This record gives sequence, structure tokens and C-alpha cells, in this order.
Amino acid sequence: MAIVIFDGVAYGMLLFLMAVGLSITMGLMNFVNLAHGSFAVVGGYAAAVVMNQLGLGYATALACAFVAAAVLGAVLEFLLYRRLYRAHPLDQVLLSIGLVFVSIAALTYFFGPSMLPFHLPEALQGQVTIAGVGVGRYRLFLIGAGLLILVLLLGMLRTRYGAMVRAAVDNQRVAAGTGIHVQRLFLLTFALGCGLAGLGGALSLGMLGLEPYFPLKYMVYFLIVVCVGGAGTIVGPFVAALLVGIVDVAGKYYLPEAGAFLIYVFMIGMLLLRPNGIIPRKGLA
Amino acid sequence: MNLSKRTLLAALALATLGTVAQAQDALKIGLIGTYSGPYADYGRQFDAGVALYLKEHGGKIAGRTVDIIKKDTGGANPDASKRIAQELIVRDKVQILTGLDFSPNAYAVAAVATQAKVPVVVMNASSSGITTASPYVARLSFTVQQVSDPMARWMLKQGIKESYVVVADYAPGVDSLTAFKKAFEQGGGKVVGELRTPMSNPDFSAYVQRIKDAKPQSVFFFFPSGVMPPAFLKVWKERGMDAAGIKLFATGEATDDSYLDATGDVALGLITSHHYSYAHPSAKNQKFVKDFEAQFGTSLRPSYFAVTAYDAMAAIDQALKKTGGDVSGDKVMEALKGLQFESPRGPIEVDPVTRDIVQTVYIRKTEKVGGKLVNVEFDKFDRVKDPAKEAQ
Repeated sequence: MAIVIFDGVAYGMLLFLMAVGLSITMGLMNFVNLAHGSFAVVGGYAAAVVMNQLGLGYATALACAFVAAAVLGAVLEFLLYRRLYRAHPLDQVLLSIGLVFVSIAALTYFFGPSMLPFHLPEALQGQVTIAGVGVGRYRLFLIGAGLLILVLLLGMLRTRYGAMVRAAVDNQRVAAGTGIHVQRLFLLTFALGCGLAGLGGALSLGMLGLEPYFPLKYMVYFLIVVCVGGAGTIVGPFVAALLVGIVDVAGKYYLPEAGAFLIYVFMIGMLLLRPNGIIPRKGLA
Repeated sequence: MNLSKRTLLAALALATLGTVAQAQDALKIGLIGTYSGPYADYGRQFDAGVALYLKEHGGKIAGRTVDIIKKDTGGANPDASKRIAQELIVRDKVQILTGLDFSPNAYAVAAVATQAKVPVVVMNASSSGITTASPYVARLSFTVQQVSDPMARWMLKQGIKESYVVVADYAPGVDSLTAFKKAFEQGGGKVVGELRTPMSNPDFSAYVQRIKDAKPQSVFFFFPSGVMPPAFLKVWKERGMDAAGIKLFATGEATDDSYLDATGDVALGLITSHHYSYAHPSAKNQKFVKDFEAQFGTSLRPSYFAVTAYDAMAAIDQALKKTGGDVSGDKVMEALKGLQFESPRGPIEVDPVTRDIVQTVYIRKTEKVGGKLVNVEFDKFDRVKDPAKEAQ
């Protein structure tokens, strides 16, 4: 029982790490960004290249993953996304899903269609025993990383920067009138969301395979977490990811015949109960 | 219709000339495979095998130059495969169809082949029923049941009495489960648990934990090659299942040569059953691998796809030599039946009754040889037929 909950929490943290960036770009900035997985996979490839070809350590690889995805996010925001902030959501969907296919083609061109090798550092392999339960080191590390990101983001939202973002999202004209450089603010925020996606992608590699089709394959999971949690908040996706992780792992453990299907039942149930997410953004509830 | 009469006539004349010239020498073969999408490596392996055979034989099959017309299905896509097969036959006038990586695609093409009486030589699709779907289909690859059943018999030989079976929840997974269970239980073994995991499954921890708590003597698993086997093996290693004394066995898809590098050390020591390993020690295979590396480099390893593509060309070559160059469907099929020759994987033959492959299935262990992970063969079952058809 304990191990099932632990595995569920660890898996939930992985989902949170991958999806929290989407909550920022999609929720805070009101942009339906289906290309989130592309930024995640760019982070994953960056980490793998840094480790395999440059021979650098895991920590450096994670940092590079964040930077690579954030820089790509900033460039694309400047070139493409910025034009569609006030467009119809359907236009945003079309642009971002197009970017997904472009990213798949580009990665296939440079790295080939099959999996890229990635190996966790020695220190994160195997198990440690905590209170009589053997838990995976890598999973423990994921939980730690998830909590750290949660705390950092919550802290950031309380700063002046966080207040500026919220103001700019709610009313761009008034925010600009009070002297906020809205465009630069959005550029930064978008880059942050993409950077987090890249970090999540790199952190996920101990569990998931790295291949060009990653963005399409895991898109459903990002969207479930953000929709169930409530887009635009940090705590919402956190709670949702934990619940989804635990429901998924426990379902597969106790009810293997139906287990993989349970998260969809859970999602539908949650959306019926709380259509705007577990923790809706202020003004939506 | 703005074409002038003269252009039309000219085009017609050219087209006729073209067909006449080609009908005299070039043998037209339609190759249906996956060249785009996540499985694009399948197409590359097919191409490599075909190219190697043609290069070895001066670009000729049964004394004729060969015109290979490649078509992309982009993965498992029966509708596209059917349309492509029709186009190849009607418009491109191919005389033989080959390729076919995914089983649904092969079933779709089999229906077309029966109507058009065009021979189909399957290079991979491994669902048992494909050769029964049309009298114009012969298979040079393998069936999932053909490699699952010997694993069960080998495990029994080692004194393993109980096993837990884990398969991916799709048709080949069920095929593997059926064949393994039948052979294992017939030999006096007991299947103590079954798990079918969804095709899209990012985390195997719950399944592996369930197995650990059930404490079986051994586990047999089948997953399609690619992302699933490494994900499963990672969790297996992390949970210390080997230390818990649970032995692990699988079919060769788990350690597919083209993914083995990416899978990494978690595959070390795993015992699998399959019909081809690129480390197969025969002289024929060593030459095959050497030629492959000379032509395509070492980044792409020849896998069972490349070998069956190579063998499919050899089978077509030998069949056409037997018919004296006659490419009519019935004659070619008759010639394919009972063909026997040495493949890079070892001796193979086409069953004269079922038109399915009969071959050696090897038991291999993943080891590190010269810094590279390879499947080292150490035991074998000779002349294994598809068990699904043996029963009938």
C-alpha cells in the first residue's frame, strides 16, 4: 500500500513537472499552447546531447534543458506567438499544433526517428529503504524536484513580477498605462513556461523514452493535468497531477484489467464536479 | 480537357514505348513499407536489405534488371496499404508485391492480391493469420507465436515450473500470450498470473510492483520493440527484481538490435527468443553484417527487418529461376512453396502447405561484447513452424 502511494506521488510529480509550464503559458497568458510537448522534448534532447556527446553531468544537463527550451520559447514568442495573443483560440490551436509537427520533422531530420539513448547517473539508480519500504531513488528525486519547483513558483507569483503578470493578463491596456512593459513581460513569462517544459522533459527521461513523437504522445497527459487542476494556477495542477498519478498507479496495481482507463473516468468526474478545475483562477469560479 | 490531339498522341506513344521496353527487361516489384513517422526506421531497414541483395547480384533478379517502386504507408494504415497495392498493380503494373511491416497492412494487401493474383512476399508482418488470408501470400519473416512458443519450452527445460505473463494489450501481444501459455501448460508448467498493459503506458511501476508482490518464479514478457521494453526493464532493475530471485524472459523484440544501444545496460543478462541476432556467428551473417556496415555505416544496425528484406529478394530470385522468368501469380506461388536456402539468420524454408516460414529459433542472452550490447545465441530450436497452424 505504502509503495503504491509513493509510486503514485512520484508519477504525479513527473506529470506536474511536465505540465506546470503549460499552466503558465496556457492559463496565465490565455494562449492555447498545444506545442508545450515540443518544448519539453527539446529540453529532453538538449539534456541527452549534453550528457552523451559533451560528457557533462546530470545537473548541467538539466540546466541546459531549461535554457534551451526557454530560448526557443522566447524566439518563437517573438516571431509567432505574439501575433496571436488576441486571436481566436482556434487560430492559436492551429499555430501550436503546426509547431508540434514542425518540431517532430526537425527532430527526425537531426536525430533520426528512433529512440535516443539516455542513462540516469549512478546516484539516481536503485532503491533506498525508508521506514521499511524500498523506494526508488530516481522517484524520490522527482518528488524533491517537484516540491522545489512548486515552492519557487509560488514564491515568484508573490513578487512584484507575479503581480505584474496577473495585471497584464487581466487588462493589458490598463497595465500598460501604469508603466508595465507588457510585451517584454509576456516574452519573459512565455520563456519561463517553455523553460519549465524543457526541464520537465529532461527530468522525465529516467522514465519515458526520448523520441521525436514525444510531444504528441504525452499531450493528453499535460492537458488532463492542466484542465483538471485549473489553468493559470500553480497549486491546481499540482493537486491534479498528484491525484492523477495516484489514481493511475493504484488503478493499475489493484485493477489491472481496467486500470489504464481509470484516469479518464477520474478526469470526466472531476470536470463534471468542477468544470473550471480544482482551483479555478480568480474570477472564473 | 485542353490537351491538343497531337500532345495526346505523343504522350500515348511514349507511354506505350515505355511499357514495351520495360516489359522486356525490368522486373517490377512494389515495396510497401513505412518511410515516415515514428517507424521510419522500418523502411530504412527494408531498403538496406533489398539494396544489399541487389548489389551482391549485380542489380539483377533471375537475369532481369529490377525496378523497385517504393510506397510509404506512414505506419499501420490498412486503408492506405490497400489503395497503394491497387495503384501499384493497376497503374505501375508491378508483378510482385513485397514489404509490409505491420500486420493490418498485410491483411489489407492480401485481399487485393487474391483478386489480382499477384504474389505477395511478406517481409515482416507477424500475425499468424496473414498467410491464410490469401493463397497469394508467402512469408519470409516470422510469427509472434513462432518465437514465443520455444521460449516456454526452453524455460521448462531449465526446470522452471511457474511463470507470470506480461504482454502489451494488442493483437500480437495476445498472440504471444496464447502461444506461450499453451506451450508452457502442455509441458506441465503453470501460468500464475497474466497482465495486459495498455499500448500507451508511461509508467510501469504499478505492474512491476504487482508482480513483485505475487512472487512468481519467473516472468515472461512480450512488448513491441521501441519505447516499451526499456521502460519496463528500467523499473524492473530499479525494484531489485533480480535480487528478489524472479527470473525474466522475453521475445527478441525486447532486445531488438536497432534499439539495444538506446535501451542500455538494463537489458544485460536478459534471455530472449528470436529468429535473428546480428551477432549470429555464421559466415553468411558475418559477410552480411560487414557488407551492411560498409554500405550504410555503423549508426544503423542491421535488424531482423533488413535480414528478411534480403531473404525476400533471395526467395523471389529463386522462385523466378524455377519458373523460368514467368511472373504469373500461380506459377510464382507454386515455386515459392518448399524453397529452402541459407539466410544470414541460418537455414530457412517456406512451408509448402502454409506458405509460412520454417526456421531456427534461437535462445539468446544480452551481453556486452567489445563494449557493445549484443544478443549472444547459446541454444536453439530447429525447424520451428508457426504453432498456430500446427494445431489445425
